[in-house]
Amino acid sequence: MAVRFFASCLVELLRPDVAAAAQRVLRRAGHDPRPVAGATCCGQPAYNAGYGAEARRVARRTLRALGDDDRPCVVASGSCATMIAHHWPELFEGTREETAARRAAGRTVELTAFMTTGGSDAAPGGGTGHDDHAGGPDGSRAGGRAAVIVHDSCHALRELGAGATVRRALADAGHPTRSAEGAERCCGFGGSFSVKLPAVSVAMADEKLDSFVATGCEQVTSCDLSCLLHLQGRARRRGLGLRFDHVATLLDRET
Amino acid sequence: MSAPTATPVSFSGRAGRALGDERMRAAIARGTGLMLQRRHEAIAALANADELRDAAAAIRAEALRRLPELLEQWSDNLTARGGQVHWAGDADEATAIIAGIVNRRGGRVIAKGKSMISEEIHLNAVLEHAGAEVIETDLGEFIQQLAGEPPSHIVAPAMHKDRFEVADLLSADRGAPVSPEIDAEAAYARRRLRQAFLDAGVGITGVNFAVAATGSVCLVENEGNGRMCSSLPPTHIALMGLERIVADFADLDVMLNLLARSATGQAITVYTNVITGPRRPGEIDGPEELHVVVLDGGRSAALGTEFSPALHCIRCGACLNVCPVYRQVGGHAYDSVYSGPIGAVLTPLLKPDDPAARDLPEASSLCGACTEICPVRIPLHDLLLQLRHRDARGDASALRRAGFWLWSQAWSRRWTFGAMVLGARLALPLLRRLRWLPDIGWLGAWRRGRELP
Repeated sequence: MAVRFFASCLVELLRPDVAAAAQRVLRRAGHDPRPVAGATCCGQPAYNAGYGAEARRVARRTLRALGDDDRPCVVASGSCATMIAHHWPELFEGTREETAARRAAGRTVELTAFMTTGGSDAAPGGGTGHDDHAGGPDGSRAGGRAAVIVHDSCHALRELGAGATVRRALADAGHPTRSAEGAERCCGFGGSFSVKLPAVSVAMADEKLDSFVATGCEQVTSCDLSCLLHLQGRARRRGLGLRFDHVATLLDRET
Repeated sequence: MSAPTATPVSFSGRAGRALGDERMRAAIARGTGLMLQRRHEAIAALANADELRDAAAAIRAEALRRLPELLEQWSDNLTARGGQVHWAGDADEATAIIAGIVNRRGGRVIAKGKSMISEEIHLNAVLEHAGAEVIETDLGEFIQQLAGEPPSHIVAPAMHKDRFEVADLLSADRGAPVSPEIDAEAAYARRRLRQAFLDAGVGITGVNFAVAATGSVCLVENEGNGRMCSSLPPTHIALMGLERIVADFADLDVMLNLLARSATGQAITVYTNVITGPRRPGEIDGPEELHVVVLDGGRSAALGTEFSPALHCIRCGACLNVCPVYRQVGGHAYDSVYSGPIGAVLTPLLKPDDPAARDLPEASSLCGACTEICPVRIPLHDLLLQLRHRDARGDASALRRAGFWLWSQAWSRRWTFGAMVLGARLALPLLRRLRWLPDIGWLGAWRRGRELP
């Protein structure tokens, strides 16, 4: 099935390999991903800072690029998928693009949610999903694969119910998964929060990283690159031996 | 302890100071963690928690929709039972009314139960200035009074102190050592406060809910001090925000089912006081006079706006306990009577002229944990976002505004965005290798504690 694919601005700027990996994963699952030509960003940075007009200006570019058909739009980020699916209708309310924004919202879905529902349902429901897939009897390895710590991004967990789908997608690819203590707690990224209140943001990351280290696993993943870059930046500063990869990268590597 | 310094004016500054206080942070993490765990267990044990929360949200919305009518009905009913109702528009009016009653009734010693409204109007300072002795009788508030600090948590005012700090404060009060064991501390406070109840000419308490159908006020507590303050002294003054009304006992039942469970994980508080008027002829206890002071304090200005849901709050404190920012910095960093997510929403609404209050909606990563836990389903993180939208244009620095405008121009065109992508890919490897980078703007803020992506 032909699907639209939107990598997110952050992936395009900082980790283009994640976009390539996500498309390979989609192709192997029998889909035909078509990158959204001309898209830039969903507008979230300005929206969360309180700048509606600026957010709309940027989001309009991406909305137009998405086109107005009924193909699913797969996004390699839980927080961007949330922005489009939950906040665009409000952002474009009362503008000429309102109808188009609503339609875009209806067909936008986060990558692992799309993968685990086979593209049949653009809005998978619920499941806070900490049912990890333990793998081997020792709990750390299955089929020789090291367990992966799943970091739940807040958007994916609370607004998309995607906590379960990241784990399911990894389990389907043969990865045992782990959740750290306090998995529902925010890692402290929060967009501009990470630079407006850097000390608080880093303190939150520290607690999150300590909980990762306590699991004994080294590989961390998430459907949101933003959280991962923040956590990785802190882990490197502290000299921790944790590895951070977007879920698309892991799915691509192991299939 | 370092020498006391002036409270920083920004949340960022106060948070930075709080982050350096490891002992306080450990106490907050412990305290909020425990309350949260108990809350989860208590809510999970309810078969119909979701329905109850829906019902509670509907009850609060309906009560606010009918607010003038319900307040009038409540006031008429309470007056008919011999209670006296006073309406205060702001803090000055409220403190003047209370000081007037205290003066007339000759209450030199005042036994005070827990009341957030009293914190809101800075009541103790006013009464003490007028020559009264005010004794906080809630254990947490008593500790805070000894420390000379405001409460740091809506439900557990001294959560940020460990038992050793509490022992130091009690020992100083006693003039002799009090052992840092919880039982010994409670025993000392019990003895100390008993005298206050006996001496008090006036008892002051808060109000959790006012019941329109009967003219009652309901006060929930765990220590029995609220019952003492409201029944032993000859005069009882109860303070409430004007939004704290419910229509009848059926509605009160729903609220009480959720309040203690959400706050401390108790099915119900140890004491549930329902007060409907002063002592009547033939009754053996209760005050001669009952006064209820109803404070607006900026609330009616928020009514009927998109921020109305903030007035649904029943002060359970669950959003503080679950908030990852509160967990790191504690309540005093908010520099407001109300801290945590609800404080970050309420404070700028109740103090619209205070520029410092407008800083608080930034004290959130918008993670949504507060919205998820709120028993009356206040969309807290949406309200924080709406406050940012309301204030972004007026308040933020011109530099910030210009920055977002420029960003939106660049990122709404594919070629400028493409150029920035290219620039980032070329520049980042270089920046990562540089040993020295200017410590300015967002780049500097990111690098304070983190390596570049």
